Amino acid sequence: MADKIILEVARYSPEQDTKPCFATYEVPVHKEWVVLDALNYIKDKVDGSLTYRWSCRMGICGSCGMMVNGEPKLTCATFLSSYAHNGNKIRVEPLRYFPVVRDLVTELSDFLVKLKKVKPWLIRKDTVPLSQGEFLQTPEQLDYYKQFSMCINCTLCYSACPVVGLDPKFVGPAAIALAQRYNLDSRDQGAVERIAVLAHPEGIWGCTFVGECTKVCPKHVDPAGAIQQYKLNAVLDWLTSFLMPRGHNSQDVKP
Amino acid sequence: MARQSDEAFFWMLFSAGGVIAAILIPVHLFLFGLAFPLGWLPAPDYERLMSLVHMPLVRVYLFVFCSLPLFHWAHRFRYTLYDGLKVKHLNEVIFALCYGGAVAGTVLAAYLTWTIA
Ligand code: FES
Repeated sequence: MADKIILEVARYSPEQDTKPCFATYEVPVHKEWVVLDALNYIKDKVDGSLTYRWSCRMGICGSCGMMVNGEPKLTCATFLSSYAHNGNKIRVEPLRYFPVVRDLVTELSDFLVKLKKVKPWLIRKDTVPLSQGEFLQTPEQLDYYKQFSMCINCTLCYSACPVVGLDPKFVGPAAIALAQRYNLDSRDQGAVERIAVLAHPEGIWGCTFVGECTKVCPKHVDPAGAIQQYKLNAVLDWLTSFLMPRGHNSQDVKP
Repeated sequence: MARQSDEAFFWMLFSAGGVIAAILIPVHLFLFGLAFPLGWLPAPDYERLMSLVHMPLVRVYLFVFCSLPLFHWAHRFRYTLYDGLKVKHLNEVIFALCYGGAVAGTVLAAYLTWTIA
């Protein structure tokens, strides 16, 4: 492995630049270094003005997502050594399809609005007094939604999804997968409240099942699977409402 | 823009057609395109096939076999046009052309499967 690697980093400062440009930095390569280590090296030793988000450095907080050689990646989980064959050049850009605040930092407001719209929290119709204790859940009931609960809101899936790029109003993979996480939770009774946003041309029907979201997800959430699952539920729901116009709710599909 | 109920309806046809296109069509292609002509399997003779086609259940099968994959195509092609050519603003025309094509194919399939002598 070469002991130096070239990082081409997108720089953009809204006060001075009209559009982003690239700055090139030479960074030493250590075997265990990830792209985030290289960025930290640049910030510490070369140019302190380089701006990017990170926190946990271990794939938990979801804040260090960037485009690395054109692919959405968590930079704290992307080793420099995997790019050694690539002429030792790595191009780092902010996550695609998001407005850029500065350098590698994206504006997340739109995503957060979408997230809130699908009500990703437990909704109860009844209010059970605390004295009655916890809502118990069997391991089987937990397994039913656990995969979708692993999302860390890193938004890599939004940058991977061509539909997000074409239609900015599309609710998007992570938000739909999180909605499904609550729909499938045995303690939740809010599936009906989520239908209007999910079963909508800009919700699940916007998805054309490209499947890139699932490929790039660092937590193996499988948002594409969640969306297809929900499409089937929505069809069943539509069929039941057609056959039994009153008193149906096939969105409640929990074990 | 299509309403939720339309989307659900067309997606249902799309996915049903997809199942047929992915599972049944390859079987037919293998049998009639390779296995019978190349003699890998003994080919049924013409009379035997015609007597099969005269059974109402087989007619229904052939009709569904032809029609649903057309709706699969229509849905896929509609989104390919929307996203590939970025012409979502021509939604009404594309919608009519794609599903209209599938309906026309369905009518033709119905006519052929019921009038086959
Ligand atoms: S820094 Fe937290 S996920 Fe990368």
